[in-house]
Amino acid sequence: MRHLIYVARRLVALVPVLLGITVIVFFMIHLVPGDPARTLLGVRATDESVAALHVAFGLDQPVWRQYLDFLVRLLHGSLGRSFFYDANVTELVAGRLPATLWLLVAATVLSLAISVPLAVLAATRRGSAVDQAIRALPLIGLGMPAFWVGIMLVLLFGLKVRAFPVAGFGTTPVQHLSSIVLPGLTVALALTPILIRSLRTSMIAVLDSDYVVTARAKGLSHRRVITGHTLRNAAVSSITVLGVNIAYLVGSTLVVERVFALPGMGTLMLESIFNRDFPVVQGVTLVFAIMVVVINLLTDIAHGLLDPRVELA
Amino acid sequence: MSAVDRAPRAVLPSRARRVSLAAPLRLNATLVTGLTLLGLLVLAALCAPLLTSWDPVQQDLTASLLPPGGGHLLGTDQLGRDVFARLVHGARVDLRVGALAVLFPFLIGTTLGLLAGWFGGWFDLVVMRVVDMVVAFPFFVLVIALVFALGSGTSSIYIAITLVGWVAYARIVRGEVLVAKEQEYALAARASGLPTWRILLRHLLPNVLLQAFVFAMSDIVLSILAIVTLGYLGLGVPPPTPDWGSMIQEGQAFILTKWYLAAVPGFAVVVTGLSLALIADGFVQRSGATR
Repeated sequence: MRHLIYVARRLVALVPVLLGITVIVFFMIHLVPGDPARTLLGVRATDESVAALHVAFGLDQPVWRQYLDFLVRLLHGSLGRSFFYDANVTELVAGRLPATLWLLVAATVLSLAISVPLAVLAATRRGSAVDQAIRALPLIGLGMPAFWVGIMLVLLFGLKVRAFPVAGFGTTPVQHLSSIVLPGLTVALALTPILIRSLRTSMIAVLDSDYVVTARAKGLSHRRVITGHTLRNAAVSSITVLGVNIAYLVGSTLVVERVFALPGMGTLMLESIFNRDFPVVQGVTLVFAIMVVVINLLTDIAHGLLDPRVELA
Repeated sequence: MSAVDRAPRAVLPSRARRVSLAAPLRLNATLVTGLTLLGLLVLAALCAPLLTSWDPVQQDLTASLLPPGGGHLLGTDQLGRDVFARLVHGARVDLRVGALAVLFPFLIGTTLGLLAGWFGGWFDLVVMRVVDMVVAFPFFVLVIALVFALGSGTSSIYIAITLVGWVAYARIVRGEVLVAKEQEYALAARASGLPTWRILLRHLLPNVLLQAFVFAMSDIVLSILAIVTLGYLGLGVPPPTPDWGSMIQEGQAFILTKWYLAAVPGFAVVVTGLSLALIADGFVQRSGATR
């Protein structure tokens, strides 16, 4: 019951944030210099198509009215209509969502698989050469462009070793799985430096805490102390750290999808930018932001469930 | 959520001991290494015309995709342009845009954070609500969408990064001000009847600036990554101006035969990031923070 109330409170707190997101996405079109319709459609656009766009966006209406209409349409689940595909943006996004979700899951799993052991290793051998080496990784990793790492992975594992597909998403779940390895690894490598840093710090805090000292004093083996006492708390901090960086994780998928020609939301957004398909760009931007907000909510709830010390009230 | 949402790259010193930026320059190995590395990169960018006699935009289709050596240190690209010349001239573009793109968010965010933290009330409420809205977006997604809306070009990049980037500084500085304004020196300054602007500029700002500055170091990395990414996506500095991102994009097509075309510009980004990360770490160490 306590958990349900907590979840309900968190949901209510989301409302202003979600409203704010719609405001920003809505006002994007008003950043377009000059007549947005003319600029978006390009110099060769006919007057009719410009006028049609004015009506489609309600650009002839006062701004508050435009926003209200936009909001009402959103509440009906409509993100507008694509100029280029002449299709419902909601359907277009829904069709591209699976690849992006696969990528997000793969990236999360791989980044934890890489960073948790390294952080544990560094934290348990504080000050050693291993620790120094692991602590140097983030310094190098922070400046690595994700798309470049992707290209280098393609070169290594896709073309030289030929272990994984380097482009596309396949059609069966098995093909999806093998197609997602390299993109997932790319996003994971972009995230790992940040995760290692924060996890090492929180692991050290756990290792220095009284109950770990007690466990050691009881004569438990090093392994028991780590697996039985430290890792559950490390799991909690992993979730928190992931939650804090979720916007960065989601943002990285956009470019990485492009490198691996994954038919996800990021690719849809970039295609639509080149097609000057404003409703799709707007819709995808909105969905990306909602995704971040939802994942943040989920990590908060998971944190509350895993860590009894979290105040749920 | 914290200020690291958008750019989880900063290592902020603990609140235990702080040294203002104006403290006598005490160098440490990390800081020196970072400054040296960055200095070399900046020097290479500034002296680009002296380092190579090739024109970075001059095409020569008879000399396309030449291997490294033989007059072209790193070979030529598909249009016969000298890769090394494009690399060092690209450094000029990317380092300049990267550093400048951080300047406006730094100034705007620091100012708003300072005022929001000091005055509180409705101003604080409005600023922080806007911050909440902006941080809900993934950085790259919003920057790319904004550059699309504003139209491509360097000024669009500056505006887009500023619109998204100021929030991190506002959050950091506001948090610092909330702590600092309760400290004795701030209370004393208030009690002595100094004008508000003087308390803010002379007493508070120097004490809260270090955090924002350390963050700015890693934020430059993020902004260079953004510019390079935009270049890779064809939304960055318009061609034929050399830029590391577009170089990587062009090199990707030849990854099997001429891997270095895509590898070398990316390596330049990594070295730039490393130098700035070292400087940020060096400042943190200098401020006596423990990690």
